[in-house]
Amino acid sequence: MQTVFSIAVDALAYGMVLFVISIGLSVTMGLMRVVNLAHGAFAMIGGYIASYAARDLGLGFGFAVLFAVFGTIAIAVPIERLLYRRIYGAPELTQVLMTIGITFCIIGIANYVFGPTLKTVPLPAALQGSVDLGFRSIATHRIFAILCGLSVAVALWYLIEKTAFGVKLRAAVDNAAMAAALGVRTEIVYAVSFAVAVGLAALGGVVGAELLPVEPYYALRYMVTFLVVVSVGGAGSIPGALVACLLLGGIDTAGRYLMPEFGEFFFYLAVIAIVCVFPRGLAGRTR
Amino acid sequence: MKRTILAALTALTIAGAAHADTIKIGVIGPFSGPFALQGKNFKAGIDAYMALNGSKVGDDNIEIIYRDVPQPDPAQSKALAQELVVKEGVQYLAGFYFTPDAMAVTPLLEQGNVPLVIMNAATSAIVTKSPLVVRTSFSLWQTSTPIAKVAKDAGVSKIISVVSDYGPGVDAENAFKKGFEAVGGQIVEAIRMPLATNDFSPIMQRIKDSGAEGVFAFLPSGPTTLGFVKSFNENGLKGAGIKFFAPGDLTQESDLPALGEAALGIQTTFHYAVSHDSPENKAFVEAAGKAIGNPAELSFPSVGAYDGMHVIYKMIEATGGEQDAQKGVDAVKGLSWTSPRGPVSIDPESRHITQNIYLREVAKAEDGTYYNKEIATFEKQGDPGLAALK
Repeated sequence: MQTVFSIAVDALAYGMVLFVISIGLSVTMGLMRVVNLAHGAFAMIGGYIASYAARDLGLGFGFAVLFAVFGTIAIAVPIERLLYRRIYGAPELTQVLMTIGITFCIIGIANYVFGPTLKTVPLPAALQGSVDLGFRSIATHRIFAILCGLSVAVALWYLIEKTAFGVKLRAAVDNAAMAAALGVRTEIVYAVSFAVAVGLAALGGVVGAELLPVEPYYALRYMVTFLVVVSVGGAGSIPGALVACLLLGGIDTAGRYLMPEFGEFFFYLAVIAIVCVFPRGLAGRTR
Repeated sequence: MKRTILAALTALTIAGAAHADTIKIGVIGPFSGPFALQGKNFKAGIDAYMALNGSKVGDDNIEIIYRDVPQPDPAQSKALAQELVVKEGVQYLAGFYFTPDAMAVTPLLEQGNVPLVIMNAATSAIVTKSPLVVRTSFSLWQTSTPIAKVAKDAGVSKIISVVSDYGPGVDAENAFKKGFEAVGGQIVEAIRMPLATNDFSPIMQRIKDSGAEGVFAFLPSGPTTLGFVKSFNENGLKGAGIKFFAPGDLTQESDLPALGEAALGIQTTFHYAVSHDSPENKAFVEAAGKAIGNPAELSFPSVGAYDGMHVIYKMIEATGGEQDAQKGVDAVKGLSWTSPRGPVSIDPESRHITQNIYLREVAKAEDGTYYNKEIATFEKQGDPGLAALK
């Protein structure tokens, strides 16, 4: 029984870290219909900025996170205006080629500016160490990641489903021409959603830095994992992504505990099974 | 027109008579991509050797030609080696960070009349694949065997082995197991985890549940190491007094700034620490640090490359610059010299490097940086892995 609890706690923590990083990708892919392979690159930029702010500028963790989120958005907005705007509505292959190109550029620049070594984001004293749950201990920053994941899920759901902006976004996605005719500034809606998605990526990069350390190849190394989460959850669905993260986190963690020699077998088996049964993901929208 | 040809011919003859040739050395390694840091270390070691010993052997100029294989890719490695030998006319092949890349090249050596000097790839079997292979790095058997005795001496008799599931990981597991059982220890469990593991918490739970007093771990250096060591501390294993033993790949110098506090006190055995205290190493670190740009990025592949260059220079001396692979290799069999890592020699039979293996502990220097502090020496270690192959 203890083992089951133990696996459940680890699965929850891992799943939530995945969720925080991947949800931004789900937004770009599902709502904006852009296959943004550079998503991991933006998460990496967030990690680098936070690391730089906390280690070299000596800022507190909270400021470092804010710095990372807004710094990454500041870098991404011009990229959106100059490059992404051209590929909205373009065929997927064009989008893939363009965004993978951006990814390679960012990797090269990160390697040049920050060097190839690992970077960490120093945690504040309150998040260091571990908490005793009675039957086992868990790192405090994992609990922080779980809380971050939950708040991001709630906030994003509220933004998309309950606010005027959410209505405009959904309208612009479903029929851009009609939305524009009705007075929705679709360009601004897209730019803001892109900024939100990138900001979430940066937040995920920082919060997840303890599990996925920041280095130049971060952008490619974890890309498959992020894409898997989005395709299993169903692009654009927040509850779908949440369920997918918890499910995949659980399968991965249990497999790793019980039969590590099978490697990623169970993880990908689950992915294949789910995608076979739900081709658009667990909560995918039909077009 | 005729006169020009005649002039050119005369020039050629004169140049040939003076014997001032350019000898080319082809170096294959990961110079871009996720492992670029290791390739950078190759280059730093080579540059350092040439800065300290000149770029000429006798009258011959030495020219290094680099070729990039970013990730393990035997086919690409073989194609590039072929190109180097046939098109560029290199007389020596060197470098090789990954075992499969080196293995793929061994069939070319005899036909090409080219010796291969391995500057890193650490699987024991490579030197058996061709009589023209010389290795100046280390093997996992060589670095993982002494730690078994260290563990036993620390009063640990039950150990769980946790390694990444790929060639070198399996080598490390076998080496440790053999060494530890030889001194009367017991391996309670051996876990092989997938290379692409991000979250090590479940593994830590297994270690805890196994009831072992210590853990032997091997992972390739880089991001996974950081996650593993952090997980070890956060899941309360360090607090529970479980001891941590590993070969030195886990605490390579370029990862230490990131590992930091988490790695403090971890004991590893390895052939080289940048902090090694000797005049040879001081000169090397200064030259290699200058070559690499940022001295904090310096780690073990640089010393393998440095000594590899030493071996190649000796081969060129022995052959007088003529292309004769067998003669060159024969000349360095039994060669001994003082490397930045300490006294070393090339074992005449296996052509693998015999060297001291050091027990080190991660310590904090006065200026707040972390380093591998050498605390004990196992002298003149050969490669036990070759005996195990037979």
